Amino acid sequence: MIHVLLITFIITLFYMAIANRLMTYIKVLALQGVLLFFVVFIQLSEINTLNLVLILLETIVFKSLAVPIFLGYLLKRNNITREAEPFLPNFVSLVITTVIVIITILISNTIKDDNLDKIFFVVALSTLFFGLYLIATRRKIITHVMGYMVIENGVFVLSLAIGNEMPMLVNLGIMLDIFASVLILGIFLNKIGDVFKDVDVDQLSNLKDY
Amino acid sequence: MIGIYLITAFAIAIILFISRAKWLVYSLAGLFLLLQSAFTIYAGAHHGSSELIYFSFDSLGIILLITMSIIAVPSMIHSYIYIENHKENPQTRAIYLTSIVLLITAISAGYLSNHIAVTWIFTEITTLSASALIYHHRNKLALEGTWKYVFICAISITFIFIGILFLSLSLQHAGSDDLSFTNLLARKAELNPVWLRMAFLFIFTGFTAKLGLVPMFTAGIDAKDKAPAPAGALLATVLMNLGFVGIFRFYIVIANTPLLHWAQLVVGTAAFLSIFVSAVYMLKVKNVKRMFAYSGIEHMGIVMLGVAAGGIGYYAAVLHIILHAFVKSSLFFQYNQLYRVFQNKNIYHIGNYFKYNTTGAMVLLLGFISATAMPPSGLFVSEFLIFKSIFDQGQILLLIPVLLLLTIIIWSFGKNIFKILFVPAIGFDDSVAEKISPWESVTQFVLLVLAVYLGLNPPAVFVELLKDSVSLLPTLPV
Repeated sequence: MIHVLLITFIITLFYMAIANRLMTYIKVLALQGVLLFFVVFIQLSEINTLNLVLILLETIVFKSLAVPIFLGYLLKRNNITREAEPFLPNFVSLVITTVIVIITILISNTIKDDNLDKIFFVVALSTLFFGLYLIATRRKIITHVMGYMVIENGVFVLSLAIGNEMPMLVNLGIMLDIFASVLILGIFLNKIGDVFKDVDVDQLSNLKDY
Repeated sequence: MIGIYLITAFAIAIILFISRAKWLVYSLAGLFLLLQSAFTIYAGAHHGSSELIYFSFDSLGIILLITMSIIAVPSMIHSYIYIENHKENPQTRAIYLTSIVLLITAISAGYLSNHIAVTWIFTEITTLSASALIYHHRNKLALEGTWKYVFICAISITFIFIGILFLSLSLQHAGSDDLSFTNLLARKAELNPVWLRMAFLFIFTGFTAKLGLVPMFTAGIDAKDKAPAPAGALLATVLMNLGFVGIFRFYIVIANTPLLHWAQLVVGTAAFLSIFVSAVYMLKVKNVKRMFAYSGIEHMGIVMLGVAAGGIGYYAAVLHIILHAFVKSSLFFQYNQLYRVFQNKNIYHIGNYFKYNTTGAMVLLLGFISATAMPPSGLFVSEFLIFKSIFDQGQILLLIPVLLLLTIIIWSFGKNIFKILFVPAIGFDDSVAEKISPWESVTQFVLLVLAVYLGLNPPAVFVELLKDSVSLLPTLPV
């Protein structure tokens, strides 16, 4: 069952690679949050209330509800047009995403380690690289935030790949990271909407050496 | 004590944030400086002990904490001058001082943490507080700088976290989940090399955003450019030292494993590329503040070369990073006076500084001599030792291009500084130039003299602390 969920997760990446509208990205991000919740839920060996609450908070409340709603609000508030405006055509994006997944499968096959769940590792790495790819090839600043959220999801899967023996501290660290990053990203995106007419990366090139 | 320090500092920050009365904010800032000094003295007196499980007062932490507390004092003084000169409104003033207090607290705690995840959390807090400082002017360029800084730091922080995950995977083979540096070092033989490599790559890349090294150096430049200079001085010195601590503590672990040679290669490559990048940008940079920031990248490159070379290089690297902090912060403090005279940061529009502010011009000149490591600057000693260690390793082919690049940097730095000092600016109406009191430069002189003193005639305690902070590193065959 976990494998089905994880493969669905990979498919959402492909879908994101060819999506045109920003709302689609947001919906996919919400779906990824739900998928992550079920993955963790099934993987949990014993259900401990505190742990469950933390996971619920991280995946459903935060990743599937708060962030998508907030991003949708940003879209409306800043009058951002709905096109994602990639630098590359969708077909090329699809090919590159496929290449990313294939390369991560090859990489993970070279690693021999019993503590590591292969399929988790493949999904985590592909998500990471795909997030970076998304940041590099989309023109709008808001898509960079979405790319960052994809990277965060990748990190989440990676922390699952490494097993449940994560110390509490690191778990708290994830929370801090998420809250801090989204807080500042959100605040500044709001401000950027006020100051810059069109929220586009090309606008952010005025800091110069001379 | 560290618990009391953290709680009191956060309490001061919160009261600062909500208070608007002038006397109250400045006395709170003074109170914080007292707290910082008291804490530094306490840490020095309890050398070697640990507190709250995750913090320990080791030599590296103490020596950087002292550096930090020394720089914090002029930083507050110049912040006061800056705020009063700009007639900031009470809200902006409160946010600025709160961020400075939070930044200093987070950096201090980051220095002393002996657990990689704790260092990581405090690094994250520095990103938050630094971003408020960069956004101080609330205009378009400040927003751009802040956005870039926040975004790149967020990605770097994520990288460090990925590194920590790989590290815990590497440690699982040793049957342990304690990620403290002591435990890592104790179990160095059992660490899985594949995961350790991955962990080092990610953690190193992540911390370069704070340290100002290739590949993540860009965000720091914009940050130091847009933040008010007294805050920029902190970003360009003590915050970079935090990045150094993060990398160095983990480097100590990896240097004690068979991966030492590989780690040297990684660090050395990044360091060389940083010097190269710095030389290229120094040639064309016309913005004074960014020039200082690029010079910082060059120095971090030299420091990391020392770390990669090993031997006496370890000692010299820690010495260099401390002296650099004193020199570079004094240059940043001086920058504000320069801006007040010329109302411009472009080298084309400033010049003949000796005529308008002789004392300040002296600081710039001495700062230039110090920053380019010419004798009698203390940096000369550390840089010389680093080159000696590279030479001892037989890396002549590395040393020659590094020296060539340094020559380029010194030439372009000198060209710009002498233009500022002696060549008249075109179209500058000197009837409007602000007169600046020589007393405002006193702190800069103190810092510069301190750098000379610690470099040429270091006190025995200082040498002991330096030696002790690198004692865990393996001695290399010469």
